[in-house]
Amino acid sequence: MTTPIVYASAGVAMLCIALFGFLTARHVLRRILALNIVGSGVFMMLVALAARPDPPDPIPHALVMTGIVVGVCVTALALALLRRMFADEGSARLPEDREFG
Amino acid sequence: MTTAAWMEALLAAPLAGAVIALISGRRAAALVGVVTAFATAAASIALAFAVSRSGVLRYAVGGWGRPLGIDLYVDGLAAVMVAITGVVGACISVCAAGYFAPKPTHADLPSDKHDRAWLYWPLWLMLWGGMNALYLSADLFNIYVTQELIGLSGIGLIALAGGSAISAALRYLLLALAGSLLYIVGVELLYAGYATLDLQQLRDRIDANPSTFAAAALMTAGLLAKSALFPLHFWLPPAHGHAPVPVSAALSALVIKTGFYLVVRLWLHVLPGLAWAHLATLLGVLGAAAVFWGGVQALMQERLKMMVAYSTVAQVGYLFMLFPVASVPEALPGALLLAASHAAAKAALFMCAGSVLAVYGHDRIRSINGIGTRMPLTAVAFALSGISLIGLPPSGGFAGKWLLISAAFAAGAWWWAAIIVLGGLLSAVYLLRALAFAFLEPPIAGFGRAPWGMEATSLVLAFIAVGLNFAARPLSELLNAGAG
Amino acid sequence: MTGAWIPLAAVGTPLLTGIVIFLLADWRVALRTALNLSGAFVKLVLVAVMLRGVANGYDYSVRVAIVPGLDIVLITDALALLFLTLSAGLWALTTIYAVGYLENAPHRSRFFGFFSLCIVATTGIALAGNLFTLFVFYEILTLVTYPLVIHRGTREALAAGRVYLRYTLAGGAVLLFAVAWSHALAGPHDFVAGGYLRELGTDQRLSLTLLFGALIAGFGVKAALFPLHGWLPAAMVAPAPVSALLHAVAVVKAGAFAIIRVVYDVFGVEFAEALGVLGPLAVLSAFTILYGSLRALAQDELKKRLAYSTVSQVSYIVLGVAVLGPLSTIGALVHLVNQGLMKITLFLSAGNLAETLGVHHVHEMNGVGRRMPLTMAAFTIGALGMIGVPPTAGFVTKIYLGTGAAEAGQWWVIVILAASSLLNACYFLPILYSAWFQPQTAPWPHEHGTGFDAKATLLVPVLFSAAFALGVGLFADTPVSPLEWAKLISQREFGYAR
Repeated sequence: MTTPIVYASAGVAMLCIALFGFLTARHVLRRILALNIVGSGVFMMLVALAARPDPPDPIPHALVMTGIVVGVCVTALALALLRRMFADEGSARLPEDREFG
Repeated sequence: MTTAAWMEALLAAPLAGAVIALISGRRAAALVGVVTAFATAAASIALAFAVSRSGVLRYAVGGWGRPLGIDLYVDGLAAVMVAITGVVGACISVCAAGYFAPKPTHADLPSDKHDRAWLYWPLWLMLWGGMNALYLSADLFNIYVTQELIGLSGIGLIALAGGSAISAALRYLLLALAGSLLYIVGVELLYAGYATLDLQQLRDRIDANPSTFAAAALMTAGLLAKSALFPLHFWLPPAHGHAPVPVSAALSALVIKTGFYLVVRLWLHVLPGLAWAHLATLLGVLGAAAVFWGGVQALMQERLKMMVAYSTVAQVGYLFMLFPVASVPEALPGALLLAASHAAAKAALFMCAGSVLAVYGHDRIRSINGIGTRMPLTAVAFALSGISLIGLPPSGGFAGKWLLISAAFAAGAWWWAAIIVLGGLLSAVYLLRALAFAFLEPPIAGFGRAPWGMEATSLVLAFIAVGLNFAARPLSELLNAGAG
Repeated sequence: MTGAWIPLAAVGTPLLTGIVIFLLADWRVALRTALNLSGAFVKLVLVAVMLRGVANGYDYSVRVAIVPGLDIVLITDALALLFLTLSAGLWALTTIYAVGYLENAPHRSRFFGFFSLCIVATTGIALAGNLFTLFVFYEILTLVTYPLVIHRGTREALAAGRVYLRYTLAGGAVLLFAVAWSHALAGPHDFVAGGYLRELGTDQRLSLTLLFGALIAGFGVKAALFPLHGWLPAAMVAPAPVSALLHAVAVVKAGAFAIIRVVYDVFGVEFAEALGVLGPLAVLSAFTILYGSLRALAQDELKKRLAYSTVSQVSYIVLGVAVLGPLSTIGALVHLVNQGLMKITLFLSAGNLAETLGVHHVHEMNGVGRRMPLTMAAFTIGALGMIGVPPTAGFVTKIYLGTGAAEAGQWWVIVILAASSLLNACYFLPILYSAWFQPQTAPWPHEHGTGFDAKATLLVPVLFSAAFALGVGLFADTPVSPLEWAKLISQREFGYAR
């Protein structure tokens, strides 16, 4: 197994695990974290994709850089909204997930 | 000016406007916003004329070119979407100028939120710039970035209302983020297969293999979540129902269409060679389910704004019924006409709901007696946009549905026609149920002042929705002039 | 042809009138009335010009492309003008009546605005030159009559409005489907005397039969064919001028007129016969005739009785269409006009009774002939016409329908006609008897004023329409009568078909 394939497989595995986490978690912080890990898995796959004999393909790198920036922004906004919701409503879950406390 | 210059203006104006509005602060933000809105709208219309005159254009910004530079691309389809956004966006801006004015008069915008209301302007202009950029993008990754731009500014706009809008915004954010990630995985697979992200190059290189199909499926799933197609619509009604009125209007009328546009772009322009009949049927079935589910839910709503929001769920369904009959030439103009009239009519309806909210202090459908007497402009706007949404002649909604129905018959699939017709009946039931109260006598006391700016804008939009009845021909011509 | 602006102006005149009226304040009575009357007058002049032109062989067709291959077409053939003349004339009468009837009522600008729009739609239906145009104006008619039906704004009116919409919108949906289907089968095609679907032949019998059924179901809602008639009695809560509009000028007429177009100019009567769809249509309309009469017999509320009478009478038109042959065609076409004149007379007289004396029920009508002799004289002319007593308008209809049926060898139709006349007599003659020959037994329920008969604005239109209803019967043989037009149209249809 070559190095890129190891990276790509790890990326896929992270993506699947985190997607499972996103779908099952109810606490919004956990869901935000899960999405971040999904993002990392996606970026890892992209980096693996860039591996070429010489020189490495620059485009996936550019995409990952952009993707990280976007991801940081979205995460920051999500955390800010979560804090607001917690302050207003006393819960870190979405209204439909609050039945069990 | 040339097509390229108009494209640059369409990106630069709203984004620059957003920055200037943010810098100029509370006092001047609205002024900057409205001026930018009209400039952008004018550029949108100019672009449509330029495209119909000189056809498709590909333009490398700054002369860099692909793969690392940012290319812009405009054809008839993109020009139509930009024009819809421009016209409806200008109307929404006028409405917002009154709505977010210094005196708080709105029951759904508490006064403690009001000192931050001016932040609407930078966010809205950012959203608008994002939509223009999405329509004019030439490659898949830029489309991802513009989607995020739209998502982030849209979420900020929803959250402006505070209260229960915060959790709605958070739900929308989680879903939009998940959708984007699905989309980007699909983009990755395509890049792995074809070593390009450019829409035109992909179109030339594409061949039908499982990896391509998986990529397209992942991207489509992500886009469906954003365009709120049943069963991924659950986030829409709370988000659109709780946001401030101009925001609801913009999201329901315009932002939803971006997802639909991308699915059209992907399947009809980039991957036309793929054997995808089953997927097209699936999209159509989901659309049909959306028409009925959204219609039934709209019928059960107690609040006008929520009813209008659920009506969007139903209307998105019609758009996706394009795909099973897309091989017929009149199907795409039909669906675009439907999208355009829905944009105008839905923005008008949200503004009507906002006017009712301002005058009555609530928007419970059972207690809005006498809007016909009390606020005739709003009643007329409501009636006209309702006619367009139901698809009764003469209206843009009718012309669009007629083209889709004809396409269904031409494709030998009369059942789609039957579903479109039945869906129209369903929307007639819930819209006319609300409208009938306009004719009852009004209660005596307890009224707010009618927001004339919002009323007038809703009327203008409703007239646009009706006038689009006659737009089928220019629309087809524009699509043909800029066939990509 | 340079006269193409004339049909456009015929549609545009009431449109302009309506829009301006919407913008007027409610108290601008004089200005609004002047606008209404001048609109009606201009329209009559335009119709007269077209009548003259068409008689001299001019063609005023107009064509506006909506999408390539799909046109809004206005034509002025004899059939179009027959209906147009009727609606233009009755618009004038009903407008005068409505001005008097709604004196001091609220929301008059809204009322007259929609009233004018209603005429726009009716004009469009009359002049429609293809199925698509017909459908578009037919749907507009639904939309603009709804506010008139619920004009009073009571819960009861709203409930009636819901019933009205349920029927008409469902019918409209079926029509939309059917019209698109007809385009899929034969492409967009203008109306042609003798029909254009016959080019398809009888190979596609199943689709064509279903298409015919769908079109008749869609248009049959407004024509109040059983079992699609339920909205008509419910809509009686509307003010009297609206009832006149629904029953005589616009709505049921639009349905019946559209059925005539479908049978004669889309399918072609001989082709429809070959498909075997005329028989069921004849049976359906015959059943509606008897059913409407029987229900009318049981109603004590005068307007309800008249409503069921309409259900019955409009089906004469459909029956005449469904029986193959030139004579029954003449009967159907002439009844389009006759029924309109007679029914508007009846409804306006009933409105006079309600407005002047507060009389709403048959049992309150004892001796009313002496209190309001002119109104009741008009009512009598209308009622006798409905029964078919010579020399009224209704007699002409029944003669042609009867001889047409005999010519086609369909003797059962004559039995139906006889039975229906008997039933008509059963529900109209007792009214006439108690009105003229019974003494007044109770005080009038709600008497306004003590003057002779109703006030002039209410009385004059009634007398005019009664005079017309009598005139089209008395002078049926003169060249300007509706009967002569009907003969002309019938010749045209059967001339092409043979």
